[in-house]
Amino acid sequence: MKDLLASKTRTIALSLAFLVLVLMPPFYSSYWITLLTQMLIYGILAMSLDILIGYTGLSSFGHAGFFGASAYVVAILSTRYKMGFVSCLVGGIGVATAISMIFGLLVAHATGVYFLIITLALGMVLWGLAFRWVTMTGGDNGISGIPRPDLGLPLSLKDPLTYYYMILVFFLVCLILMAIYVRSPFGHSLKGIRESESRMRVLGYHTWLHKYLSYVSAAAFGSVAGVLWAYFDGFISPYNMDLTASIEIILMVILGGPGTLVGPALGAGIIVFLKNFISAYTQRWLLILGTIYILTILYAPQGLVNLIRDWLKGGEKKTELKGIV
Amino acid sequence: MIEFLLVQTLNGLSFGALLFLLASGLSLIYGVMKIVNIAHGSYFMLGAYIGLSVILRTKSFVLGAFAGGLAVGAVGLVMERGFLRKFPLRALPQMMITLGFALVFRDLALLIWGGDPYTLPCPEFLKGSTQIYKIIFPIYRLFVIGVATVVAVSLWLFNDKTLIGAKLRAAVDDHEMAGGVGLNVPLISGCMFGLGAFLAAFGGVIGGPIFGVYPGLDFELLSLAFVVVIVGGRGSLKGSAVGSILVGLVDNFGKALVPELSYFTLFAPMAIIVAVKPKGLFGRD
Repeated sequence: MKDLLASKTRTIALSLAFLVLVLMPPFYSSYWITLLTQMLIYGILAMSLDILIGYTGLSSFGHAGFFGASAYVVAILSTRYKMGFVSCLVGGIGVATAISMIFGLLVAHATGVYFLIITLALGMVLWGLAFRWVTMTGGDNGISGIPRPDLGLPLSLKDPLTYYYMILVFFLVCLILMAIYVRSPFGHSLKGIRESESRMRVLGYHTWLHKYLSYVSAAAFGSVAGVLWAYFDGFISPYNMDLTASIEIILMVILGGPGTLVGPALGAGIIVFLKNFISAYTQRWLLILGTIYILTILYAPQGLVNLIRDWLKGGEKKTELKGIV
Repeated sequence: MIEFLLVQTLNGLSFGALLFLLASGLSLIYGVMKIVNIAHGSYFMLGAYIGLSVILRTKSFVLGAFAGGLAVGAVGLVMERGFLRKFPLRALPQMMITLGFALVFRDLALLIWGGDPYTLPCPEFLKGSTQIYKIIFPIYRLFVIGVATVVAVSLWLFNDKTLIGAKLRAAVDDHEMAGGVGLNVPLISGCMFGLGAFLAAFGGVIGGPIFGVYPGLDFELLSLAFVVVIVGGRGSLKGSAVGSILVGLVDNFGKALVPELSYFTLFAPMAIIVAVKPKGLFGRD
């Protein structure tokens, strides 16, 4: 019974996702479309961090920094220099990736907890830059009034539904690219580093370079989310890239299931939903987030997707995430 | 010019002194337990808030400093005993628990003390300023430097000259062997965690009259304390002291000379040290 269930779950989950994300949105209220858009953007971000956490076994505590960096680039280019969508997209991804290439030189030698301390400090450097470089970033006030992109198509992206479908396309493209990436020989070498870096080194892999590339690619995918967010929200401030923001992304990954790509996207959906839902009733979002955090680590450290998988397998084999949590 | 340099150096030193109170605990906790305590900045902030409430009620600064320190020290002990103990030597789950607590503490502080920034009242006998070689300097900042020096010296004496200190060093160097020869490593770690929390919160109250206390102080200082640990080396008391002074000075001169890029100026020394000595100036690990 359970075997049958397990083989069917994938099909059921896929068709359900197709229904909810592709077919149904025209019938949703604009509140739900906006919420889904947020979920997908954060889904891209969480999946990009999963390359580091789930596949390479490196927990980055500064990932929101790249999200913010690309969003700020879009904000500055589009409001101050009136640049179009493509140049903003390229500029945002380019700048964030360039920053990650510099940072990568400092972090790629580190492992485990030390990696985490350095990425945290570097993330705060980016936050500090956004916060204090007032002439460029507007400081605490951030930058507002980022116009929705005009692609020269007859469709207006100011319409939430049209914008939603554009984000969906970006989400799917990123998902497919990342899935190919982590299944490639290179992706497998990252998993090898997660399981045992010393063994990979003995086998002749240049682990420093692999970790460096993993860090840079995660930042590059994450910066796509930053570009989309800047256009979606029309506003960017240091709060989008502070430590709390980085922590939220980690929680999305851990909650959903590190090392699965789909899991972190699901985790992003849950966290974004809870954040919006709970914020409507109470101001105490951080309190609840912190509690979710502690409970996740105590009771579901392997993440929801892996928890469901284990359950479908009949509980005889538990997913052990070595090198992650 | 000389005056500017002197004033900024003293300011930097007093900031470094506060950073030392924060970072020494962080570094020692890491050294003994391999926990990166994300809630450490929260201890500083909570200490300052609790100190504020106590000072406003009792009018005694000393009482406030110790009440803040002891209350938060107890919180640290509960965290270690009740939660972190469940994941012995598994760095990431432990750290994520501290993360959860950091968020809870931040929100609780917002709930209890609100979002307005406060400055703790300066004790009466330390008000005013003194003149050192033509420059006028507030006594309180000198007092902060003095307190941190006393704490640093006592920590050093405790660590290097007492039996408990020797046990502590043994636990830092090799906790498994230390446990093997009969030391009660869990007890040592627990006390270490409590002491670290106490020092951070104590520093929060002491720093209160200069920097005040406001939401967001926790993570702002946490990142600076991390830079200290990266620069000085994990688990090293000497490293924390040198790192704190260095970061305090760089941060202060950065703020004075290039205010817009002040956070960025910290990046340079950190980058150089990470590149040249990946384990920090005095790191052994």
